[in-house]
Amino acid sequence: MNAPHRHWLDVGLVSDIPRRGARRVETPWMAIALFRTMDDRVFALEDRCPHRNGPLSQGIVHGAHVTCPLHNQVIGLESGRVQAPDHGCVTSLPVKVTDGRITLGLPLAIGAE
Amino acid sequence: MREKLVIIGNGMAPGRVLDELFDNGVDRYDITIFNAEARVNYDRIMLSPVLSGEKRFEDIIIHDDAWYAAHGITLYKGKPVMAIHRASKTVTAIDGSSVPYDKLLIATGSRPIIPPMPGHDLVGVVSYRDLDDVDAMLAAARRGGRAVVIGGGLLGLEAAAGLKERGMQVTVLHLAATLMERQLDSAAGHLLAQALRQRGIEVVTEANTRAVLGDSHVQAVELHDGRRFDADLVVFAIGIRPNTSLAAAADLDVARGIVVGDDLRTSDADIFAVGECVEHRGQCYGLVAPLYEMARVVASELAGNKAAYAGSQVSTKLKVTGIDVYSAGDFADGEGREEIVLRDAARHTYKRLTLADNRIVGVVLFGDTRDGAWFYQQMREARDVSDTRDTLIFGQHYAGGAALDPTAAVAALPDDAEICGCNGVCKGKIVKAIAGQGLKTLNDVRAHTKASSSCGSCTGLVEQLLKSQLGAAYSVDAVPAMCGCTRLGHDQVRRLILAKELKSIPDVMQSLEWTTSCGCAKCRPALNYYLLAAWPGEYQDDAQSRYINERAHANIQKDGTFSVVPRMWGGMTTPAELRAIADVAERFAIPAVKVTGGQRIDLLGVRKQDLPAVWAELNAAGMVSGHAYGKALRTVKTCVGSDWCRFGTQDSTGLGIRLEKYLWGAWTPHKVKLAVSGCPRNCAEATCKDFGVICVDSGYELHFAGAAGMHLKATEILCNVATEDEVVEYCAATLQLYREQGHYLERMYTWAARVGVATVRDTIVTRADLRAALVARFDKAQHYARHDPWAQRAHGRENGEFRLMARVARPRVSA
Repeated sequence: MNAPHRHWLDVGLVSDIPRRGARRVETPWMAIALFRTMDDRVFALEDRCPHRNGPLSQGIVHGAHVTCPLHNQVIGLESGRVQAPDHGCVTSLPVKVTDGRITLGLPLAIGAE
Repeated sequence: MREKLVIIGNGMAPGRVLDELFDNGVDRYDITIFNAEARVNYDRIMLSPVLSGEKRFEDIIIHDDAWYAAHGITLYKGKPVMAIHRASKTVTAIDGSSVPYDKLLIATGSRPIIPPMPGHDLVGVVSYRDLDDVDAMLAAARRGGRAVVIGGGLLGLEAAAGLKERGMQVTVLHLAATLMERQLDSAAGHLLAQALRQRGIEVVTEANTRAVLGDSHVQAVELHDGRRFDADLVVFAIGIRPNTSLAAAADLDVARGIVVGDDLRTSDADIFAVGECVEHRGQCYGLVAPLYEMARVVASELAGNKAAYAGSQVSTKLKVTGIDVYSAGDFADGEGREEIVLRDAARHTYKRLTLADNRIVGVVLFGDTRDGAWFYQQMREARDVSDTRDTLIFGQHYAGGAALDPTAAVAALPDDAEICGCNGVCKGKIVKAIAGQGLKTLNDVRAHTKASSSCGSCTGLVEQLLKSQLGAAYSVDAVPAMCGCTRLGHDQVRRLILAKELKSIPDVMQSLEWTTSCGCAKCRPALNYYLLAAWPGEYQDDAQSRYINERAHANIQKDGTFSVVPRMWGGMTTPAELRAIADVAERFAIPAVKVTGGQRIDLLGVRKQDLPAVWAELNAAGMVSGHAYGKALRTVKTCVGSDWCRFGTQDSTGLGIRLEKYLWGAWTPHKVKLAVSGCPRNCAEATCKDFGVICVDSGYELHFAGAAGMHLKATEILCNVATEDEVVEYCAATLQLYREQGHYLERMYTWAARVGVATVRDTIVTRADLRAALVARFDKAQHYARHDPWAQRAHGRENGEFRLMARVARPRVSA
């Protein structure tokens, strides 16, 4: 997803997400899972496991990984890559955190595709 | 003609610039320094030892008056600069005097952040930045009383320890989940909090301060959640902000700090900036090492030589006597990174290296920081550690030796630690018996001490005691480990939680020497259950360590929607309940309504955000959670029994309702299903349940350890009893035994096969004392468990779990 233009949206506070947890954001194009690690980093992935479309926002977060609630595939939060022995990739989206608020970079391209 | 160098600020960074200049014999400048503080240059990072009483101010002076005189420097103390005039190349001080410069060095440092909350300006509120702050704290400490330190970072903790040393009662309030979260991972932060608490310092994390209270002098600090902490002194140590106003007023580039290039020049080539007021490649620094690296570059440039500052990798040490903490680099977990963790429970140490591409990128050390510099060196050199990887974590002086000994955890137990829960045998008794009576085998220990002779769940620990006493003469069968984060098996973890009185997930991981920093999706739910079962009413359930079904109190389905199963006691319902279910299904457009195998009704396809409202309506009709989603007591199936049936011998429906009302809410290692049949025709299919009751003329036949899921397993007979009360008693005792001994995700029939059906029967049926104790423990746990989680959430508990964080509309893109 190298869309050059992004639509940056304020989606709420870091404190809206529990540590080692996730919350979901719905958009016209896709649902997005926002994760917060124990050390307060925030990551955004499409809320859809490449295996069987599981909602990753409902998984258990450990370190910078999430385990999908449907069939236990493990996904890296930074790149969206599914960890071995499984394979696949989830769309990841850029996130900015300023003063505890989260803005999410939505690719404008997907609206036009 | 000598050039004029003017320096604004006289902290450690400009002090080091001067040292570098003179060391290199540079003598081309007439130097004038303006210092806002009315002092000479002193070692600010040694303020903590001054506060705690280990040093005096005289001990931490870097350059005294004589030094400035000897180098012909004009030093104005207590004389801040008010303006920089770039056009005329002069600076104006507070007294109106003007001094010209050829080269200007801005070293205005930073100031502590004091948020503009109510009461922030009361008397008795200080920051922790300079000697005046230390003097104010010492004055407060002489009066005694309570200090509240806001901010559990490096400075805040040093202030807290110093004030404690000076005799005050100290509380640290920290916003993040763990202390020093920028420098330490959560495991080390947890250990640090423990160490501070052991010194009598109160530590409160996730504490969001709302206001400082008091009339003229501070009296208390109040959090957003309403908690209050009395205070005679409040220290703000939540961070620093670069002092940029002077530079900004002179139209220099300023972002968070004064923006400089690699040559430390600002946007004006004749003006340098150095130290904490600087922003270099987007980074501001608040530690001394980067400041010194910058100083070297500035001195070089001032001497007319080209030099470049490339940013710093920083390491952190806490200066609190007796608490050793070290960190460096970036230790965050991530893809392509691996962690090596070594915990030593006996020595209270924790070491963690983060590797990327076989190179150290992050170091966290707690309790043993000797190898900090050695790791840091390898990190800075980006040394490939493939060859030394296996022993790297042991440090520089690792001289080979045995691999880690899994018996260490047991060897470290105190003599009065209970090893065998069934027969109440402590470690000391077993060790004494092994040594005193020359015991050689597990059976010897069983015969002489009774340990491991009942349920067998402590067998692994007893074997490790044998090994620790007999050494190589005794070989222990390897127990399969719980998961990749530990070498211990489920039984050992469960027994050690009790024996060592471990009461939180981080405590377990440290004491049992977990080899990861914060577990995985396998061990976290297991530990959460074990702690809940061990310490009912005391352990704080960790929602984020539970599988989604138990976190959301509904079953997740393949499309991400949820299903909702209200409880129907003993399978009985009423027209009003059915009407409420029908109404809810229509009102929320729930697509499927199904009858389950457990005599309940399942509403499928509920959107997560609708769950609390759906539950509120079901609650209003008197229904509670059926726990169909949990490793918990699920359903009690019944037949109509003597109420209606021609063959019914007892009131099976009534008994089923009674059992379910007694047992509901209980968390168990895996799901638990019951049935009560009114006669041997067994219409409720009680002979393939975890616990089954078959009513007969003479009373009740009790069954356990059956299943009809992945494996078809007929129940085992437990015994016959005469009364309903006994049914309830035996059932609770059996369930509690399973709750205490079962491995997480181990069904009752697997557990019974593992510990032995005869053993279970013996414990429950022939040992009335054990049975009574089990029931008492079950009752205690139920006191805290028998609450409807739906009602709590329908009333707003954990409402964030069920809300969408945001819904985004299609953006209007102008063509």
